[in-house]
Amino acid sequence: MGKKTRLSGNEAIAYAMKQINPDVMGAFPITPSTEIPQYFASYVANGEVDTEFVAVESEHSAMSTCYAAQAAGGRAVTATSSAGMALMWEMLYVTSSARLPVTMALVNRALTGPININNDHSDSMGARDSGWIQLYSETNQEAYDNYIQAIPIGENGKVRLPVMVCQDGFITSHAVENIELLDDEEVKKFVGEYKPENYLLKKENPLAVGPYDISNYYMEHKKQQAEAMKNAKAVILSIAKKFEQLTGRKYGFFESYQMEDAETALVIIGSSAGTAKEAVRRLRQAGKKVGLIKLRVFRPFPAEELAAEMSGVKAVAVMDKAEGFSACGGPLFAEVRSALYDVKNRPFAINYVYGLGGRDICVEHFEMIYDNLFEIAKTGNPGEVYRHIGQREQEGDK
Amino acid sequence: MTMTKKANEIKASEINESTPWQEMTIGGEIYEGGTSALVNTGEWRTMIPIFHEEKCNHCMLCVPFCPDSSIPVENGKRKDFDLMHCKGCGICFKVCAHKAISYEKVGA
Amino acid sequence: MAYSLKQQVEKPERFVGGHRLCAGCGAAITVRGVMRALKPEDKAVVVNATGCLEVSSFLYPYTAWEDSYIHSAFENAGATAGGVEAAYRVLKKKGKVNETFKFIAFGGDGGTYDIGFQSLSGAMERGHDIVYVCYDNEAYMNTGVQRSSSTPRFADATTTPAGSIIPGKPQNKKDLTAIMAAHGIPYVAQTTFLGNFKDFHEKAEKAIYTEGPTFLNVMSPCPRGWRYETEDIAEICKLAVDTCVWPLFEVVDGVWKLNYEPRKKLPVEEYLKKQGRFRHMFNPGSEWMIEEVQKHVDKKWEALLNKCK
Repeated sequence: MGKKTRLSGNEAIAYAMKQINPDVMGAFPITPSTEIPQYFASYVANGEVDTEFVAVESEHSAMSTCYAAQAAGGRAVTATSSAGMALMWEMLYVTSSARLPVTMALVNRALTGPININNDHSDSMGARDSGWIQLYSETNQEAYDNYIQAIPIGENGKVRLPVMVCQDGFITSHAVENIELLDDEEVKKFVGEYKPENYLLKKENPLAVGPYDISNYYMEHKKQQAEAMKNAKAVILSIAKKFEQLTGRKYGFFESYQMEDAETALVIIGSSAGTAKEAVRRLRQAGKKVGLIKLRVFRPFPAEELAAEMSGVKAVAVMDKAEGFSACGGPLFAEVRSALYDVKNRPFAINYVYGLGGRDICVEHFEMIYDNLFEIAKTGNPGEVYRHIGQREQEGDK
Repeated sequence: MTMTKKANEIKASEINESTPWQEMTIGGEIYEGGTSALVNTGEWRTMIPIFHEEKCNHCMLCVPFCPDSSIPVENGKRKDFDLMHCKGCGICFKVCAHKAISYEKVGA
Repeated sequence: MAYSLKQQVEKPERFVGGHRLCAGCGAAITVRGVMRALKPEDKAVVVNATGCLEVSSFLYPYTAWEDSYIHSAFENAGATAGGVEAAYRVLKKKGKVNETFKFIAFGGDGGTYDIGFQSLSGAMERGHDIVYVCYDNEAYMNTGVQRSSSTPRFADATTTPAGSIIPGKPQNKKDLTAIMAAHGIPYVAQTTFLGNFKDFHEKAEKAIYTEGPTFLNVMSPCPRGWRYETEDIAEICKLAVDTCVWPLFEVVDGVWKLNYEPRKKLPVEEYLKKQGRFRHMFNPGSEWMIEEVQKHVDKKWEALLNKCK
């Protein structure tokens, strides 16, 4: 059973991949995920894995390699960030529509324009409609645990969808934290063997993949995909249960922190949840009933479960680490507010876009957000719901 | 809707424009080879090649030139056209040095 | 074993009828010729770039391929073939696959010379054991005859129309076969449909059965884009080689070899005048265009003869 050590988020993911021992890795360097294929290449060079490591000439080719290898009957993995994922865009859709459970370690980084190598979620949020399951991680431990769970989730026969495991660039990818690793044998057993029913290299019958799907058929295939994403919810929970039995570490669609009697709450994704939890601790000490929901699974979106969790709350702030340029809020806000629509006595909901391009967010910011929520709950006036926090303003920070 | 078959047992011949999504193959996969043989592309023809067996010396020069795999060969013999798939391009007629193929308007 | 067309056409067909390629399509002839060069006992995975061939040969639920087939996108047939081959190597090593598989990618000139060029170059450089076949019909035919970097100079394409000021495509055709040879891969060849297909067949066979990455460039005329009568394809191909517009050669481990020298090198207008896409070159006052093409072909031919010495 488990070994305690210290690893960076990138090392943790590379180590998980080593233990999974995939058939093919296709990857191309991009900051801040580059270390993952680097570590992995050394496992390959030293004969510690059986994997064919294909060091391609672009991320588009990385995803093409993975798509093809998975269709051939192999288990394929990749790692990327930001513009790298943007270059894969077309292939993200091709992979999910062919129902090939490739897994990807996404080290979240701001999308270029202007170029910026630091963290936000604009890369994965932009891919939210690509048909990939998205798991987010607050810590290195979660990144490692999520990657191992991603394999049996995606490969489940009722799902057959690709999975991206997201962590925050530099924040967790390069920070060394304590971590508890599973034994190689435990991982091997947990992920099992990849046994697709049909694959290109099957002896008994050929397989044709990637048709031209005219309008008589395309919609039916999209309906299948939509159903698979719905099926993924139960599978994610059952894999989490198995994982908990193995490790004692509990996972669900989200983590609820001090939500039992919370009057105001945050919904947040990724590493900033750690900072926000410190604000919750401080405010709780001051007697304020505040809570937090850290979303782990963004696709499929656990709308009903989230709504139930927030049904007793008076005001909620949804934290978006990505701009959507919708002029009315970020992508997480759109989903959460929609989920709240059916809640009787639904809470007020406001949106904060924060942390773009690596902009820091501090405990004090979160304390201020909770203050604002209490003010809204008291006055019944949410004011402008689409807000940005952490940027400089002419009249000082709002 | 009850599934009568596992998705991976579905044949191309069973899929058509009224097939519900539950009964279509996952992700548009097909688990058999050569299912296009079911498609009648012969009806595209405006011109038709006619095979005159008595003039054919079975040199086979026409066979590799056929874009529609519509000139069957069996035991060293060139057989008559597969008119379900021949689109009537006339390439075979032009490459035949023995005038064993004529080329005419459909219905002429 | 000496080539025998009779024996070759007796093999089971691996690309069947009922596909939706146009009547007289050169791409289909290319595919059949390449697939025929496989040993019947060997399996294959066909990889296809988006294009005419793809939308016509796997239109759900109808595949024209007897072998496994994978299409992903327009610009990545090279990487896709590499991915399948990489998985094959692992699964073979692990004993999960025991049969011999060959990996053959098909792309048009748009998917090969242009948008798929990076992916092709990468896959060749990495040394995957794959064959890449370009069915070169000298324009983006699937979208309606737009110019590609393979379109020859002066050709009337829909994005380089022959106008009153600009007479068709201003640039010469990219010499992709030479570029692929410059990758230093073990086998590169250029061919087309000629006579009993001996040249074509032997090149396809070498490409498939040479270990490592190989490249085959096949002139595959398109009657709609080139504007000739469908039945004339054999004549067009013969003129392409006899005018030296499309010479037949191969590069084996870096050694250039000419496979066909016309007894009498014909003037280029013999080839050009057969095709509607060059019709404007025969208008009075356009003689200079034919002279330019002749000069270009002569220069390339001389250079090729020098390489093949």
